[in-house]
Formats: sequence, C-alpha cells, structure tokens
Amino acid sequence: MDRKQVPVFSDPTRCVGCTDCVKRCPTEAIRVRNRKAKIIQDRCIVCGECIHVCRHHANAGTVDPLSVMDQFEYKVALVDPVLYSEYTELRNRNAALTALKSIGFDDVFECAEAAEAISQRTRRAMQDEALPRPVISSSCPAVRRLILARFPSLLSNLLPYNSPMELGARIARFRAVKKTGLDPKKIGIIYLSPCPARAAEARDPLCSDHPQVDAVVSIADLYTKVYNAIKKVSEPEILATATQVGVGWAVPGGEGMQASPEAYLAADGMENVIRVLEAVENGKLKSVEFFELSACVGGCVGGPLTVENAFIAKARLSNIMRHNIDLAAPAYPIPDEMINWDHPIAYVPTIRLGGDIANAMAKLRKVQEQEKRFMGMDCGACGAPSCHALAEDVAEGRANEDQCIFLLREKMQRLLNSHKISLERETTDDSE
Amino acid sequence: MDALELKYVVERDNFAQAGEASGALKKTLKSLGFPPDLVRRVAIAMYEAEINMVIHAYGGEITATVTPEKIQVVFADVGPGIPDIELAMTAGYSTATADVRDLGFGAGMGLPNMKKYADDLDVQSTIGVGTTVTMTFLTQNG
Repeated sequence: MDRKQVPVFSDPTRCVGCTDCVKRCPTEAIRVRNRKAKIIQDRCIVCGECIHVCRHHANAGTVDPLSVMDQFEYKVALVDPVLYSEYTELRNRNAALTALKSIGFDDVFECAEAAEAISQRTRRAMQDEALPRPVISSSCPAVRRLILARFPSLLSNLLPYNSPMELGARIARFRAVKKTGLDPKKIGIIYLSPCPARAAEARDPLCSDHPQVDAVVSIADLYTKVYNAIKKVSEPEILATATQVGVGWAVPGGEGMQASPEAYLAADGMENVIRVLEAVENGKLKSVEFFELSACVGGCVGGPLTVENAFIAKARLSNIMRHNIDLAAPAYPIPDEMINWDHPIAYVPTIRLGGDIANAMAKLRKVQEQEKRFMGMDCGACGAPSCHALAEDVAEGRANEDQCIFLLREKMQRLLNSHKISLERETTDDSE
Repeated sequence: MDALELKYVVERDNFAQAGEASGALKKTLKSLGFPPDLVRRVAIAMYEAEINMVIHAYGGEITATVTPEKIQVVFADVGPGIPDIELAMTAGYSTATADVRDLGFGAGMGLPNMKKYADDLDVQSTIGVGTTVTMTFLTQNG
C-alpha cells in the first residue's frame, strides 16, 4: 500500500461541478474550480459524505486492488462483518469465509472476534470507572478525524482502544506467524473494507506507532467474485470465531449496547454525529455515559464501499446473527496490550486563519468585511460552501470576489448602466 | 490591538433556536485558534446564559468582546429580573415553570455552572426591566 496516496479524490472526467459535495462536506474541504471539484486534502477527514452524495459517482476512495495479495507469501483476509450482509441468501458465515479461501487467501480472520474482545475490555473499564466520562467510541475512523478537526476538546473522551480492524490485524499476524513460522513481513494482512476511512486509518490510525494492516480492498470491488465463490461452496470449513456480539458492531447500537446497555446513545450519519458532539461539548446529555458514533447512515453496513442498501443489509445481518453456526475455538487469547492505543491522539493546533490568535483576529476582520459584500445566500455557485467560506478564501488570496455571480452581475449592471443597457428584460406593459 | 466585537440576538420563546448564539461564538473561537479547553468552558457557560434568556426572560442581546488575552460575553435581557441574586446562585434552585421543566430545562444549575466555568461572573438585575450577566474568560496570557 502506498502510504502517500490521497484517501479521497474526485475524478474530473465524471465531475460536472454541481457543488452537491461542496455543501455536504463537514469540514468545508471541497471547492469547485473551473467546473471541477477539488478536495483540500489537509481538511479532509475521509468521512465519505462526498462519495455518498455525488450523483455522478465522481468522488471515490483510494483502495488497493485484490491483486495486492500477490505481494505476500501468506495472505490473510481480515473480514469486516459488513461483508456477510451483502449477500441475499447467506446465513452461514462459514460459507463466506470458505469462499474467501477459495479466491486466494490462505487464511481468514473475523474482525468481529476483535470487536468482542474490545467490548469485554470496555465493559470492564466502564464498570471500574477507569475512563473519563462520557466515553466516545473511537471505532469509526472518520469520527476520530472529525473530533480531531472540529471537537479537539473531546479528544480525551475517546475510547483509547484500537478499532476491530487494527486489533484484528495484530491478532491475525500474531496467529499467522505462530501457524506458519514465517517472517512477519511475509504475511499480508488484507482488510475487506466497507469504507475509505478504514484505508486512511490503515495508513495512519493517529494512535499507533506501527499500524498492522498491509492493504485495504473494497467490499464493493469484490462483490461478484465473492458471490460466485460462495455459490461454489458445498462443505463450509469451520472458520468463524466470533459470536453475534461482535458481528453486531456492523450496525448502530451493536457496540454501545455491549459497552453500556443502560446508558448508551448510538448516532449514525455525519450530520447527526455532529449535532450530538456539539451537545456533548456544550455540557449536555449528561445521563449518557457511552456514545457510539458512526459517520455513515445505517452504520458500517451503509459505508460508501458497499453494494447493498444499508437498511436491507441491517435486516440481513440480524438474520445472520440469529443463525447458529459452528464456531472454531480461537487459537490464542487476545492480550490487553494489543487492545490499547500506543499513544493518545495528539491535538495539533492548526489555526485555520493562520499564525497566532492576534493574526487570526486581524484576518477575521478582513473576512467579515469581505463577507458583508456577498449576499448571504450560501448558494454554492461560486464553488465554496458558504459566503463566509468564500470570504475566507478571498481574504487568504485563494479566490477572487468576482466568483460570486451575484456580485459580478451587480458590477456588470453598473458598467452597463453607463451605456444605458439593462440586464433585466424591459417590459412595455405599464399596468404591471 | 482592537478587540473583536460579535453580537447576537436572542428571540423570546424560541426554544428551537436557543443555543445558536453559543454555537456561533464557539465556531468563531475555534477558528481563531483559542485552546480547545477554553472554548469548551465558554461554550458550556454561554449556553446556560443563553437558555436563561429564553426560559426566564423575553430574549435580548449577547455581545462578545474578544482579544487574544480575554473573552468577555455580556448577556443583556429584557425580562422580569432576579429578585434575590444570591438565592438564584444556589445549586438546584429554579423558578422555571412546569412547561419549561417538561421541555427538560430548569434544573437550577444554570448560574452555578456559569460561575464554575467562567473565570469571572457578574450579575446585575432590575426588577421589571431585565438582567445583565457578564462573564469573563482569560487565556493563558491573561
């Protein structure tokens, strides 16, 4: 995996410059310039809103092709439980896991098993009062980045445990080394992902010294291949190790219910997550002790790299959870050290308006003066998400105020007035 | 340097919008680069004061004056005023009506919370006219 690639990009051959994504981005990280969307990578939190909303499928997440597995001698599929919910007839997870072994993987590991270990650990920590309240789940990588960017005062409330993907990668590699005796570097841990945020997390989880995921492949890209492989499975191998506790993490409430059954709140969808975080930051929602937050509507089954509708997928997952299957006993237990973050997520003070507070204040004054010249409609026609954002861009020298078509039109009209030409259609009907 | 002045209007009886001024100031303070913990204190204290303007008074005006060293927020409302300020400052004491409590407000912790989170709090009131709450927050440099 190239750790320098951008996590989300816009394809100019598909983009028509409609500004739908510009308005939806929670960190105002997108602008339309010359009729094409451009993502400001420094501000992007990889939440996938722009991918969800684009009608032209122009925005996409950077993932690896399945062929990335050829780089490794021993290939392990790190299976997100979302995968199971993609297929109509699937009830037995072992069938899907066996199918993965038939398409090139040497072994499989259910992230749901890692999720269970995190649930157990969390419940213990909640009961022992070992964590600062309220606790905010850190499993969704987009939410981690959202809090870092917009709610840094809540960084110390994040649950300091690795996500099921990162923990899963550590366990999977450990077990693979034990099983094969191979050098750890020869083992490829490949995560099957419902979203691009996990790819960004694999490159930089923000809290690990050595992230363990080698590659991230899109569940949508694998859909047909896995489907055909599942159809050919006659005798499923017993490969599943997780119970419904871990599988349930794929939908809202799955994690929260385990952590704090009587005092949790589960919110999904970026707008909803932001509203909840604003309230927590204002000192509200004091009765809630655990917040489960997912950037995607419907939770992980609603991720941008899935094929099925989130709500249909959720219903299917409930059936899968109720279906009793044979489970394999895990080869080794999961040590606590693997669960903990290596270090807390560091707050990096990046003042958007630049420099120190005094500079920022002077800049803000310029921005306010510029903003007064705009119409206050936040129409997006200029390519910025709001009049305030365009005013910032102009004050920073990144844009010209004439990008505002209403301002430009006013200027044109003044120019044309001197030639007695009007932009308005003239009416000859005096009774109007 | 000159202070930055920000003004917000709070409408009476508008529960749906109550908290918007605090939200707007919080957003501005974040963009100016004030430390997150300070912004959080301002947000919590300010939210309480803004809500009070809606549930106890008939709305009013909020004026924030910002310098790199100090953030001062003045809440000037039009309303019945507070007869006994010391009593109002006691934890748990509330004059909120039943309707207001039904909405989830009126726990009696507003003024005590403001005192807890602000570096300085001043409450002035005239019966039958209104109340003015002034809270001050100091940064490291202040």
